[in-house]
Amino acid sequence: MDLSYTADEQRFRAEVRGFLQTNLPQDLRDKVLGGKHLGREDFVGWHRILHQRGWSTPNWPKDFGGPGWNAVEQHIFDEECADAGAPPLMPFGIRMVAPVLMAFGSRAQQDRFLPRIRSGEHWWCQGYSEPGSGSDLASLRMRAERRDDVYVCNGQKTWTTAAQHADWIFCLVRTDPTRRQQQGISFLLIDMKSPGVTVRPIVTLDGDAEVNEVWFEDVEVPVDNRVGEENQGWTYAKYLLGHERTGNAGVGMCKRWLKAVKRIAAEQRAGGRPLIEDARFRDRIAQVEIELMALEVTHMRVLAMELKKQAPGPEASILKVQGSEIQQTLTELMMHALGPQALPFQPAALDAGYTGALSGPEWAVPITGRYLNHRKASIYAGSNEIQRNIIAKHMLGL
Amino acid sequence: MNFDFSEEQNQLREALVRLLDRGYEFARRKQIVASDAGWSRDIWRQLAELGALAIRLPEAHGGAAGTAIDTLVVMEALGRRIVVEPYVPAIILGAGLVSRAGSDAQRTRLLPRVASGEQLLALAHDEADTRYELARIATRARPDGTGYVLDGQKTVVLGGGAADTLIVSARTAGEPGEPIGVSLFLVDTHAAGVRRHSYATHDDHRAADVTLTGVKVAGDALLGPAGGGLPLVEHAIEQGIAAVCAEALGVMAILVDLTASYVKTRKQFGVPIGQFQVLQHRLADMLMRVEQARSMTYLAATTVDSSDAALRRRITAAAKAMVGQAARFVGQQAIQLHGGIGVTDEAPVSHYFKRLTLIGMTFGDADHHLARYSDLMARGPTPAPRA
Repeated sequence: MDLSYTADEQRFRAEVRGFLQTNLPQDLRDKVLGGKHLGREDFVGWHRILHQRGWSTPNWPKDFGGPGWNAVEQHIFDEECADAGAPPLMPFGIRMVAPVLMAFGSRAQQDRFLPRIRSGEHWWCQGYSEPGSGSDLASLRMRAERRDDVYVCNGQKTWTTAAQHADWIFCLVRTDPTRRQQQGISFLLIDMKSPGVTVRPIVTLDGDAEVNEVWFEDVEVPVDNRVGEENQGWTYAKYLLGHERTGNAGVGMCKRWLKAVKRIAAEQRAGGRPLIEDARFRDRIAQVEIELMALEVTHMRVLAMELKKQAPGPEASILKVQGSEIQQTLTELMMHALGPQALPFQPAALDAGYTGALSGPEWAVPITGRYLNHRKASIYAGSNEIQRNIIAKHMLGL
Repeated sequence: MNFDFSEEQNQLREALVRLLDRGYEFARRKQIVASDAGWSRDIWRQLAELGALAIRLPEAHGGAAGTAIDTLVVMEALGRRIVVEPYVPAIILGAGLVSRAGSDAQRTRLLPRVASGEQLLALAHDEADTRYELARIATRARPDGTGYVLDGQKTVVLGGGAADTLIVSARTAGEPGEPIGVSLFLVDTHAAGVRRHSYATHDDHRAADVTLTGVKVAGDALLGPAGGGLPLVEHAIEQGIAAVCAEALGVMAILVDLTASYVKTRKQFGVPIGQFQVLQHRLADMLMRVEQARSMTYLAATTVDSSDAALRRRITAAAKAMVGQAARFVGQQAIQLHGGIGVTDEAPVSHYFKRLTLIGMTFGDADHHLARYSDLMARGPTPAPRA
């Protein structure tokens, strides 16, 4: 065992860092590091820049046009991108639907969709949760009735991140209501421009509108857009959820936030001295730094395992729970570091180029909202209660 | 030992609950916070009519000479409806300071109008470097004839935008961090040289940053002894702590109710999720935290009017530490148990969570007060609360 980076890996890190220094536009970096709102063009623009270098799909094998990086290389890439202030890559296409298409899609589907995911031409979103089906996803009710060579879809999805930007949505739908829950589900790819698709934003507690309800009313979907077998969608869904959880560790982003906490604590003053000199506050930072250090290694262990088995196992649940809790701790520490300056709510100042009146420093503006918003991290992608059930059942046999 | 509320206190609570049930439903609150002012003069007037604004004021100035237990009753009721009107800044901090430290003339001029709801006060104390250390004040007041000239910047002044009169802390002597030399001044918000930037806070309350540039005040604007303002501010903040702890009890009680109802009705895997033991235990933990917080809040309320500053200091630190910890746990778990709906703007639970979060950040967070308590503890045993 050797946890140090090899010379090749260090060269790779230098290469990624050099690329980011040259190619990540300064205004985009400023927006990300300043916690400003990012629009569709920010995400897509960055995706295209990466695509030109062949790096827009860091988790893809070479066979499908990816860079074919191993676990360590993917980790280095993620860490460098987050540290540099690159916009996060939207996971819905490259990390969620793409692995499903690679494993279960037809050749035609692979040829049609994968290159467009890679190039950034298609923005995807995820149609899993429904109002009555969150933790109990298999109870989903969105109907897809076969009529000749189309499915006619009716129902509602919810918590759909970035649906307002999406070109396509992958949906779990019920194709056979007579069969047991998990067995009547199919996996459909639906064009968001189809007649009958309506997107309604859900405003979250921080005032943002990144998630949506998506309604389907007699939406016709070609049978060719079904992935794999009819009524076997649950198998593909579970495969995807494993990938989602692996991606949720967010180590790179957490490392950037950890740096931010330290910077804020160095700038904020308590008792006439920098807050970082307060041993109690510093202990809190030290504690989360140690937890993050452990998570980084655990993350690499799971990725290494994933590469051997080709699919993540229940270990991914550990990453989801620990990763989300560390994210929440970090966002909370940033808020507490601000002290009374955590109170002002100044959403207009989250738009790049805001020049109006401001209370406190500009960098402080996104911090409390981020804390509030990240309460979602222990809820989405399988709540942490569900993850602990998975760990208990599949790792402990309970 | 007696934990009973008086007949008058029970009546006051019932009257407030009736008023807020009628006039402060969640939809109405939404309208109020979306208005330009961000709070309702109409609600304020109704609180005045109930006597809620005057409850602590001296009888000579139209008040009921009540105690911190009366405040507790009011604040818990306001917390149950997450009322955004500036009761803590205007009444607890502002009017409380004038009641305790004001001259007869100052009380006569201000307090009857506070009682009637026409005069709003706010305490402009915090500055960029203050954090929670009350002595870290740099704003200056230099003598000018028989009056003073004030220069400085105050940040996140709760209720500062709504206020007619600010109580501004400024140094007539000493340096930031020194306990001596801070004086308090009554400053008309429309006086020349006063500039206010008012904004909403994350819990839909309002605050303001205040810039004072060569603001001239007369000699009779001095509130309390020259250079001796800091103990007054400290006592005001302790009263504020007792008040927001009581408010937090109201907020937390609603969060436990909302969450318990939700898990009884939300079905997953064919059963109400409240049948899952892990969620039952979580709610049981929430309830226990609320009860422990309630006990500390009662202790704070029965202590904070004491003339024993050392006792007040310890008990309010202990109360704010415990209530802050309870608020964090109860708020976070209420959201968690609601799942996705809990992080939406549409759901009342998220608004209760936000208020609770900001109560946790107001007048010192739990870590600050734990540290403060710990430091005081190292100096000797905690004196026993006494009647």
